[in-house]
Amino acid sequence: MGKQLVFAGFLVVFFAYSSIVYTIGTRHSAGQDHFGEQARQGKLLFQQYNCISCHQIYGLGGYMGPDLTNALSNHENGEIIARAYLKAGTQKMPNFNLTDEEIDALIAFLKYMDRSAYYPVKDFEISLSGIVDIKEKK
Amino acid sequence: MNFKQPGLLFVWIALLALLSGVFMGTTAALQFIYPDFFEFLPFFKSRPLHVSLVVSWIFGCAIGGIYYYLPKYCQLPLFSPALASLHFWIFVGTGAAIVISYAAGQFGGREYWEFPPVLSIPIIISWILFGVNFFISAFRQKTKWPVYLWMWGTGIFFFLYTFIEANLWIFSFFSDNIVREITIQWKAYGSLVGSWNMLVYGTAIFVMQKISGDPGVGTSRTAFFLYFLGLANLMFGWAHHTYIVPASPWIRHLAYFISMTELLVLAKIIWSWKSTLSQAKKYHHQAAYQFMLASEIWIFFNLTLAILISIPAINLFTHGTHITVAHSMGSTIGINTMILLASVFFILQGDPAKQADHPAFKSGIWLSNLALLVFWWSLILAGYTKGKLSFTTELSFQEIMDEVLPYLMTFTVAGIALFMGIALIVWRALPGIYRLSRAR
Ligand code: HEC
Ligand code: HEM
Repeated sequence: MGKQLVFAGFLVVFFAYSSIVYTIGTRHSAGQDHFGEQARQGKLLFQQYNCISCHQIYGLGGYMGPDLTNALSNHENGEIIARAYLKAGTQKMPNFNLTDEEIDALIAFLKYMDRSAYYPVKDFEISLSGIVDIKEKK
Repeated sequence: MNFKQPGLLFVWIALLALLSGVFMGTTAALQFIYPDFFEFLPFFKSRPLHVSLVVSWIFGCAIGGIYYYLPKYCQLPLFSPALASLHFWIFVGTGAAIVISYAAGQFGGREYWEFPPVLSIPIIISWILFGVNFFISAFRQKTKWPVYLWMWGTGIFFFLYTFIEANLWIFSFFSDNIVREITIQWKAYGSLVGSWNMLVYGTAIFVMQKISGDPGVGTSRTAFFLYFLGLANLMFGWAHHTYIVPASPWIRHLAYFISMTELLVLAKIIWSWKSTLSQAKKYHHQAAYQFMLASEIWIFFNLTLAILISIPAINLFTHGTHITVAHSMGSTIGINTMILLASVFFILQGDPAKQADHPAFKSGIWLSNLALLVFWWSLILAGYTKGKLSFTTELSFQEIMDEVLPYLMTFTVAGIALFMGIALIVWRALPGIYRLSRAR
């Protein structure tokens, strides 16, 4: 019986913990909690064209291309480069024959992400315990 | 087809998925070097094909083993063999639909589950069927469950939970906020891996118990302690993937703490190294044991790497580099695949043609493990190079990738050797499994 009880205890804590993660644990700090309509469209296109197979968001995804979390602000002219790549592709990135509307939506999505955090992180403090303090976007 | 052994049909089809999946892996790797290689299946198709096929190898082989072992070795006849066959056909049908949708460029575009979301429905149904069959059969057991029954049951339950969780994004409450969206994706994927580890490690303990003939393997206190440790990591450890996501900091701190409990597992491996060696002397002539031994060595390497990259201060530099791929492929190949091959060759002990003595089999084991070692180190070096250059220089992505390319080339060559090693092994196993699946 002991094991069943331990298991049940684990399960209760897990469900409580999950519901906190689903709600207050993942509130957005950037004062722009939710996508606008265009950015939502962009996100769906991002899924439809499977951009994640080559790109990452916050490091999640495939590794052929760069992380896109801060693609627009990581270098000068980020948006111009992004638009050019989306329009014509590169040697490695396919040309998806996107319409101008689709490109606008994808850019809106990238803009939303760009505001949400810094990645790769350049501004941090490491403590002795191994914990990293990251500067958050305001 | 013969419906008496649905478990072996699963194993057989899973071996085919392994072979084709690893082939797609070599294609994807070659495309890093020659972007135009195999234009018919560009990287954004070959990568998901690779990942989905090898994941279905892991699930298919684990599921098949469980269906086969319950009646044959645990005195627990299946509640319904017909339901198991139905499960098999849903598995094959959904798998085919996923392959076709990738080839046709139809994506749902979620990392790991890149197929259109409707295909999640048959997957959920099939796991419910599996759960019904497993739990009704296992609850007939009058005595206490050995740990592998616990692990299999836990694996099935949490697969269903995490798979549904991974699909929560269809509700805007979950997907309209990128922090929640990414956090929950990692939560679901982290626990998903935990759930298949439950199925696979349960299989490992089962096979070791049968090889050694010692029932204590599955009922000892240590076995249950490690089970609960694994459960804690399945539930709370995933957030070591999200150190850089701006969710609440306590989620990360908890994950850091939980991940470090894995040090206990590492300590246990070092502690019992001597007895592992004497075991190795005793059982090394058994094909199944050779894979178990390989997996044990790989657990040691991969666990060390995993613990290191779970330290936030290290993760900061390794996250989003090929070190993550070294971790994921190192574990799915070195640990999961080796254990599952042990299970396959354990099953094959019932086949009259003794495959293990064949020179092709021996070359296969050596080739795949040595190739994997090179493969694994190349990925680590590729990731290290990228991490170092992106933090210490202002080089562009393309310039960094140029520096990384030599390691990716070594990785690709080792990957091709790995494919050949695995092919030799699978080739030895396929006919025997097929014969057994037709036998009564
Ligand atoms: C087959 C792999 C692949 C796919 C699929 C892909 N990309 Fe790319 N992408 C790349 C590579 C590689 C680069 C870097 C440029 C280069 O080396 O050619 C890149 C560059 C970019 C950049 C510029 C980033 C920067 O920081 O300079 C953006 C923006 C981008 N891709 C967006 C997308 C979007 C949106 C999609 C989906 C519609 C997509 N990509 C699909 C491979 C891919
Ligand atoms: C049993 C064998 C294998 C298993 C279980 C396996 C598993 C996986 C998994 C889980 C991923 C996702 C990694 C991640 O996103 O972190 C992956 C990616 C990948 N695998 Fe494998 N793999 C196997 C063999 C191979 C082989 C032999 C090659 C050939 C070189 C290969 C090449 C790749 C490539 C190129 C990627 C994509 C990495 C990226 O996004 O940059 N795999 N594999």
